[in-house]
Amino acid sequence: MSYWSNTAEDQRAMLEVIGLESIDALFDVIPQQLKRKTPLAIRPGMTELELSQHMQALADRNRHTANSLCFLGGGAYDHFVPAVVDALASRGEFYTSYTPYQPEVSQGNLQAMFEYQTLICQLTGMDVSNASLYDGASAAAEAVLMAINATGRSRRVVTASSVHPEYRQVLATYLAPLGVELCTVPAPQGQVAAEAWEAAVDPETACLLVQHPNFFGYLEQMPAAVEAAHKAGALCIQVFDPISLGLLRRPGDFDVDIAVAEGQCLGTPLQFGGPYLGILACRESLVRRLPGRLAGQTVDRLGRRCWVLTLQTREQHIRREKATSNICTNQGLLALRAAIYLALLGPMGLREVATQCLYKSHYALERLTESKQFRPAFSGHFFKEFVVRAADGKLDERLKEAEKQNILAGLPLGRWYPELSDCMLVCVTENRTRADIDAWAESLLGAQAGTHARSTAGDPVASKIVRTGR
Amino acid sequence: MRNEQATALLFELSRPGRRAVRFAAPDVAVQTTELLPEWALADKPPPLPEVSESDVVRHFTNLSARNMSVDSHFYPLGSCTMKYNPKRNERLASLPGFSQVHPYQPDSTVQGLLACLFELQEMLAEISGLPGVSLQPAAGAHGELTALLVAAAYFRHRGERRTKVLSPDSAHGTNPASARMAGFTAVTVRSTPSGFVDLDDLRRQLDGQVAVLMITNPNTLGLFDPHIRTIADLVHDVGGLVYLDGANMNAVLGITRPADCGADMMHFNPHKTFSGPHGGGGPGAGPICVRSDLEPFLPVPVVARRNGHYFLDYHRPESIGRVRAFFGNVGVLLRAYCYLLTHGPDGLRKVAENAVLNANYLLARLKRLLACPQGDRCMHEFVLTAEPLRRRGLKQPARDIAKRLLDYGFHAPTVYFPLTVPEALMIEPTETESKETLDAFADALEKILQEPLDLLQEAPHSTPISRPDEVQAARNPKLRWTPD
Repeated sequence: MSYWSNTAEDQRAMLEVIGLESIDALFDVIPQQLKRKTPLAIRPGMTELELSQHMQALADRNRHTANSLCFLGGGAYDHFVPAVVDALASRGEFYTSYTPYQPEVSQGNLQAMFEYQTLICQLTGMDVSNASLYDGASAAAEAVLMAINATGRSRRVVTASSVHPEYRQVLATYLAPLGVELCTVPAPQGQVAAEAWEAAVDPETACLLVQHPNFFGYLEQMPAAVEAAHKAGALCIQVFDPISLGLLRRPGDFDVDIAVAEGQCLGTPLQFGGPYLGILACRESLVRRLPGRLAGQTVDRLGRRCWVLTLQTREQHIRREKATSNICTNQGLLALRAAIYLALLGPMGLREVATQCLYKSHYALERLTESKQFRPAFSGHFFKEFVVRAADGKLDERLKEAEKQNILAGLPLGRWYPELSDCMLVCVTENRTRADIDAWAESLLGAQAGTHARSTAGDPVASKIVRTGR
Repeated sequence: MRNEQATALLFELSRPGRRAVRFAAPDVAVQTTELLPEWALADKPPPLPEVSESDVVRHFTNLSARNMSVDSHFYPLGSCTMKYNPKRNERLASLPGFSQVHPYQPDSTVQGLLACLFELQEMLAEISGLPGVSLQPAAGAHGELTALLVAAAYFRHRGERRTKVLSPDSAHGTNPASARMAGFTAVTVRSTPSGFVDLDDLRRQLDGQVAVLMITNPNTLGLFDPHIRTIADLVHDVGGLVYLDGANMNAVLGITRPADCGADMMHFNPHKTFSGPHGGGGPGAGPICVRSDLEPFLPVPVVARRNGHYFLDYHRPESIGRVRAFFGNVGVLLRAYCYLLTHGPDGLRKVAENAVLNANYLLARLKRLLACPQGDRCMHEFVLTAEPLRRRGLKQPARDIAKRLLDYGFHAPTVYFPLTVPEALMIEPTETESKETLDAFADALEKILQEPLDLLQEAPHSTPISRPDEVQAARNPKLRWTPD
């Protein structure tokens, strides 16, 4: 099976025009000893029907959010994706086009990029956004490289153990060739102590990389982090959760210099970790240090408003080894999905999703910790994720029990934090119903849980958030 | 047919109070009194646009109509391999058992997915002849960076300190940019006038400081370097590694293997070679393959199999670490997997044969019109020069031709790349185009070259906009909408 068009007759006619006798002659230039004598050792080709059956059989061997209850988070989230996102992003005119090198026939993509950049600025309160990077982790690493270049300080970068461990691993990989020291501030209570930031920053520090809400789901003392960084002449980079900004103050309102995020939560399915969307926004003064593509507004010959790729002198195809980054693509289709998602939700929809996450996660924590079999690991404020400790230390058994009931109950933290080996990270999004949460708690708590059924009379929402109005 | 009202910016369509998606109030009782502290809360939600659902649908539907795409047009964009993107792959990668899987699910709950990825690793190893595979990199350039970090770790492990990465002047800009990001000095090797690596210059540059030679073969001129084995041997003689930029693998699938040509490391571009849609500029993927003694340095995790059970292997003490969060661009990799299974060994070889046939046929038809400095044969793509048209009074003839092609309903070739050919037009038809399409394209180019110069200089004439003022865009950057 395949997709080429040429018939045997076409091939003969084409070879004749070329002046060759055979297809093989097309490859004469390749030295004989380099040519394969045997076919590749891979499966024989399949028809569409055979392939569909094969893939369905493989898909059936996976648990997923449609046949399991997912309480996993940690940077990839099971948020609701409205039908409109898939309907529009699956238009071939979007997904089978490429980088808008010819702006006259790419205004759809260019305008969508410009709208994405604007939406990210509105979401974050930052001045400028690029047109996206690979994912949240590489965006964080690129932001740190920007900070090193902007400050001219290449000795030291400060982050915290409450920043996503995989983001810190990526950062370490990116910094290794530069010989920059990566200093990690501890977060013993699930948060960094406010004064710890100032203690960690010295006059040779390029930047602070803070995650708020952090990897554990808890708030960090952003004002203290920003102040500590700026006092020392360093930049402050915030890793944020886009959904949280329905309720929380924006990175720009904290006066951070660069804001980065994983944008998967904005309308992109989980798909086992990618492709995702790296969001990077910064203050105006850093624009020429931005990595990646940028769409800018201009006019055509007739004075009509239009959009082009701009400030390309930052980029590798012009600057080669002097470019701000080697990045050569953006995540166009995922940025489009995010733009559609944000347009659909608007300010109130985003606030509603954030409110659902906030309440349901708190309900889940209260529900699970009623019986003392699980205890909150930390006491801080959290948004949609929290950490609990299995009182008997037998976390794995509990998780396996839940798994038997098709519940992906939480993410064990021992892999990254040996001191939290009896703890798990739990995420509760708007997609989980109260019944889901009750089932989750019961699966973890075993038989005794049934006695803790709760009343939910009355409107629980009204007074809990300090300010809910617009 | 145009709907200018619907393609106003989202922010201009916004009206206070208009809504699309709503969520109910939470139906759970919470006892905590202060869920979030005052200092952390926003006064109001972000000032996003307020539009209705039908506004959004009509807006983006009309925007999509302002794009050329592979689904709608011939897209001979050289070096980008804009082949047909099979619909079945879209459907299959979107099955909930693939698309709704969380990256931190236990291995036991994702055996089907890991089986796919494991087999993909094995197929890429077979196609490249290089047994160590990492599916983690998110794009070709990311694969380059990853492989160069692997090379750095390899030399460090051997106690060698090597500082230089060589790449030819015809190479893509990502090569030197990746070299610098990986901590190396990027050094350029000259090409001969016929477009191959200048062996004398290479010999001059090679010494014990050279870590890696990055080479694209077939190269960006669409030529297979017949001296590739010699080049690799020269690099190996000084202890260096050869990295193959796999951008042009479409030309040689099943014909020759990078390892047989002397490559020690490479990346694939599944969004090119294996038909992943380009998505308006991403997502792609950049899996890398390396020879066995480089394998311990690959990023974590890799998919492994033990007693029939698939698992993500994190226990790799020599690994360079991670280059991104989670596993990789799995959605793109699944499409590549579907593509490979569809074709099988015979089909893949025929992909290369028809890609090279189409390119040579189009070159045979076009070389009478515009010169091809590198000769009258090519692999999957070729580069024409429009330089002689400067004498007819065109200041930027490659650009003018490219723009005029848009009026004829063809996407333009890649222009002004590679840098080694003046007024370059780089044309890659791919195997999925028919002879009739290639003929129509050649006929259009022939007509264009006979048209009055002002028709070219002012082209395009039939597109939603005419040529934009790119100088103004860069001089006075407007990168976001603001209320005036």
